[in-house]
Order: sequence, then structure tokens, then C-alpha cells
Amino acid sequence: MDAMPTRTTSELKRAFPTAEISEFRGQVRAAVPVSSIGDCLRFLKEQLGFDMLVDLTCVDYLAYRGATSRFGLVYLLLSVDRGERLVVRTFVDDPQPAVPSAVPLWQAADWLEREVWDLFGIRFEGHPDLRRIVLPEQFTAHPLRKDYPLQGRGERHNFPVITRAEG
Amino acid sequence: MALELPDNVVITKLDEMVSWCRKNSLWPMPFATACCGIELMATGASRHDLARFGAEVFRFSPRQCDLLIVAGRVVMKMLPVLQRIWQQMHEPKWCISMGACASTGGVFDTYSVVQGIDRFIPVDMYVPGCPPRPEQLIQAIIDLQAKIQREGTMYGREFTRPERQLPSRALRQ
Repeated sequence: MDAMPTRTTSELKRAFPTAEISEFRGQVRAAVPVSSIGDCLRFLKEQLGFDMLVDLTCVDYLAYRGATSRFGLVYLLLSVDRGERLVVRTFVDDPQPAVPSAVPLWQAADWLEREVWDLFGIRFEGHPDLRRIVLPEQFTAHPLRKDYPLQGRGERHNFPVITRAEG
Repeated sequence: MALELPDNVVITKLDEMVSWCRKNSLWPMPFATACCGIELMATGASRHDLARFGAEVFRFSPRQCDLLIVAGRVVMKMLPVLQRIWQQMHEPKWCISMGACASTGGVFDTYSVVQGIDRFIPVDMYVPGCPPRPEQLIQAIIDLQAKIQREGTMYGREFTRPERQLPSRALRQ
């Protein structure tokens, strides 16, 4: 369903003609190609006043019916002044999925991008400190990818055993 | 030759007496990572009153404790912490694995949850339940007290002797 034209959608469409804008149950969504996601987010923040990044997460569309890309990144934006929300999505593919970092725009993106990197293995170019945030540092996989086995690859049992004799 | 003893004199072995002292003043180290920790707190609180069994002195330093109560699931990032705490406790020391998650991983059969802490540290008592009622934890402490009295250890390393390898109540009965 096409979105009701608002100032946000019309200005976004004028600045980024490749953005696909839609609406679902009152949520306005914009799908932006990964080549222009960095410029688009900057435009949304600086020109349209979306000053808060509420959440940043990722969806793995592996084996998803009708999906054309492997990963979908989702940015949930909020304009505090207008109380207006916008969902921005972009899609990246294997191998080496990467998008520009949003940390220069919103500080909140720092840990959110580290979490997406940790669990999905998507690189954020220009992130100041892209380390794992949830899993231990010696972990090598990205376990929320759909091709990672639910019970892991033995990481959970890769520890020394302490017996009574060792105290 | 009968030995005449006054009524207020009891003869026992020193080992028995030390065990009797130890079993009645267990100092638990709460390692509460999930909802079992709530039941653990309830066990120590006034309604269930763990003080009746001499084990109410919860300390948050492993160096002051001799009973590790692992209450809740342990993830792979937490396991080295648990092992460090166990090693920091002084001997003799005991361990209760409280609840389904600590004992087996419970419903969390996922990449990050350790499937039973007894894979990596020694465990004396397992408490079933999700989470166990405080009565169940108290029963485990009573059973552990019986075990401590029976084992009669002067230091924890005696547990490694072959005759002490299978001390569980189920095997004796």
C-alpha cells in the first residue's frame, strides 16, 4: 500500500528517487538501496529532523519466500519535535555484507551496530570501535544467521573441566 | 571392663565432631543468574528461614563461603566466572546445582547455554524444578548436611580418594 503523501515522504522521494516508500498499519517505511543509505540517513537527520535513532536491527532473509537479498537492516527513526516515526530499510548481501556506520549521525548507533556485527556479521564502515558486544571475544561465528546451527558448533562445551582434585 | 562416664560426657571421633560443626554452619555463596535466584532469596528470607538449618549467612565473597549454590542458567560467557569463583572458595567446599537450567541447561538447548554445570565443576547435590520451591532447596541442604556428616573430610582433597568417589545416597541404598 502506498503511503499517504506527507512532507517527509515527498521530500525523501524528491531527494532519493530510488527509495521505495510504503505504509503498513500506520507505519511509514522507506526501502533505500545500500549505495545511498548513508546520504539518506544524513538527509533524514539534518533536513527532516529525525533526531533520534530508536533502534537498529537486522533480519536474515535466508530461504525467505520472495526475498531478493540475504540481510535486511532496519533503522527505526523518531523526530522528537513532531512525534513522527519512520522505518528505513536497506538490503545487503553475502559475501562481506557492509553498510556505512551511523555513529557520526547518532551516538546511539554505537552499541546497536556492535550488536548487529556480533550476531549477524555485518560490517559497519567507519564505526569507531567495531568489537563484539554480547558474545565472548573468542567467539568466531555470528549465531543469529539462519545458517548457524541452533545448538552451536560446540562453543558451549569448549572449556576446561575442574575436578575435586584440582580444587 | 566398663568405663564409668558421667552423663554430661560424650565420646566421639574428632572427625565426626568437625563434620558436625561444619554441616551446621554452611556459608552459602549465591550464584544466582536467573529466576531460581528469586527462590533462593525466598529460601533465605523470613518465611522459609534458612537460618533454621544453619545456612543463612550468605556472603558475596567466595573466600568466605563453603557452599556454592548455582541458581539459574549459566551461559558460556559466565562459565569462566563460575569456575574462578569455585576455585577461589576455600576447602572443604560443596556445590548445589539448583534447578533444571544449572543441572542440565533446561529448555535452553542453544549455542550459548552450558548444558549442566557438572560438566565443568564438581556438584554434590542437584535440585530438580523450574524453579524449585524453597522446600526443595532446603531438602537439598539437609541431604548435603547428611553427606558432610558421612564424608568426614578434614580437607576437600579427600573426595578424590577412590573409596569416596561414589558417596551418593542412592548408591548406598
